[in-house]
Amino acid sequence: MALTGTDVVKRGMAQMQKGGVIMDVVSAEQAKIAEAAGAVAVMALERVPSDIRAAGGVARMADPTIIEEVMKAVSIPVMAKCRIGHIVEARVLEALGVDYIDESEVLTPADDKFHINKKAFTVPFVCGARDLGEALRRIAEGASMIRTKGEPGTGNIVEAVKHQRLMQAQIRKIQNMSEDELVAEAKNLGAPYELVLEVHKLGRLPVVNFAAGGIATPADAALMMELGSDGVFVGSGIFKSENPEKFARAIVQATTHYQDYELIAHLSKGLGTPMKGIDLNTLRDEERMAVRGW
Amino acid sequence: MKIGVLALQGAFHEHARMLGDLGAEPVLVKLPHHLEGIEGLVIPGGESTTIGKLLREYELMVPIRQMAQDGMPVFGTCAGMIVMAARIQGEPEPHLALMDVTVNRNSFGRQRESFETDLDIPEIGEKPFRAVFIRAPHIESVGEGVKTLATYEGRIVAVREGKFIATSFHPELTADDRLHAYFLDIVAGKR
Repeated sequence: MALTGTDVVKRGMAQMQKGGVIMDVVSAEQAKIAEAAGAVAVMALERVPSDIRAAGGVARMADPTIIEEVMKAVSIPVMAKCRIGHIVEARVLEALGVDYIDESEVLTPADDKFHINKKAFTVPFVCGARDLGEALRRIAEGASMIRTKGEPGTGNIVEAVKHQRLMQAQIRKIQNMSEDELVAEAKNLGAPYELVLEVHKLGRLPVVNFAAGGIATPADAALMMELGSDGVFVGSGIFKSENPEKFARAIVQATTHYQDYELIAHLSKGLGTPMKGIDLNTLRDEERMAVRGW
Repeated sequence: MKIGVLALQGAFHEHARMLGDLGAEPVLVKLPHHLEGIEGLVIPGGESTTIGKLLREYELMVPIRQMAQDGMPVFGTCAGMIVMAARIQGEPEPHLALMDVTVNRNSFGRQRESFETDLDIPEIGEKPFRAVFIRAPHIESVGEGVKTLATYEGRIVAVREGKFIATSFHPELTADDRLHAYFLDIVAGKR
């Protein structure tokens, strides 16, 4: 008997994306540029995160017209974002046939206490996390892929680095603990014991772990790979740069060959201006997206 | 024996781990010089559009095709099957074009239609194989020298042609290493 929506099938889909770059796009035309540059998937949005920041107000799921246009335009997988806790937006995206849903802090949360029970869906989910506890809570809810939150739409890598470093350090700590210590550690992390035990045994998350939030250059992408990410999401970094085609291709290559520094030097030449970044000290607390999520 | 695993993108670590557990020495292939000394090559699952593009970009296409035509065994899974096919439906140009087959990409639908099931593959034994299909292709038609190893609901999902094997599904995502062992037997000249 054929089974759809199993953990193996949902997590396996993310495994096929490893070593790749997933790019934010707002139109069929951008999706084609991303595909031609070697993206492994695209995230179909109404606005990229930096424009969401600029626009203010409530950010919601994209207009299905945009998502359908993108799905028609490319053969690589198409992802789309729903608001944290917005079960119906997620069901709508599933009905549209998107390949992956991002329950995302980039949009304005719809529920201030609970995330979606992602186990109830056939379509897989990716969720953001700042640390291991948050990652394991999302996996417990059924997330099949994790990404760092970073600070979206800033073009500033510092938060993504902080989140990935912290997560990797926490994983190493658990790996080296004796089993007697894991229950108390699960309590400290606010994560289910069974998943803490799994991390102890595997020495990594039980799902694919990407980097996201603030990646703006080929070197940024390579840095996140160096820190142990399985792949990268690039949001505003590509289509807010001076030359999206060039940036997209260079970021894809830097991700594959993240330890080939001569190549990255070559790729970084004459790229034009990257997106304009934001110093995080100038962001007010309520402007920070990474703190959304529970 | 050194077995290359094409590591441009996708589930290459899973293949490398499985080959290593079977006693082979996996080598990650990202650039042409990584091909030196390998006796077989695995092309993993991933995104075939991306892998095909990067094969050209990193100038791996020509040397791999040459080595395969000179007798190097190749094993492709999912995207790897598409990359190995001589004909891809709806695409003007194939990639490595090693096997005399026509593939239909994403023929089982989008991700929500992805599935796992038990499959009979008599060539590797009686026990059914747990096959994981993720946005999987299938083989529409095969040339004369191609042997069908497995079908699912009338569609061809595993084939062998000489020293080349290809599957629509992902043996690297399971704990069943029989297809990898079968491939290593081909490399060793036992099959």
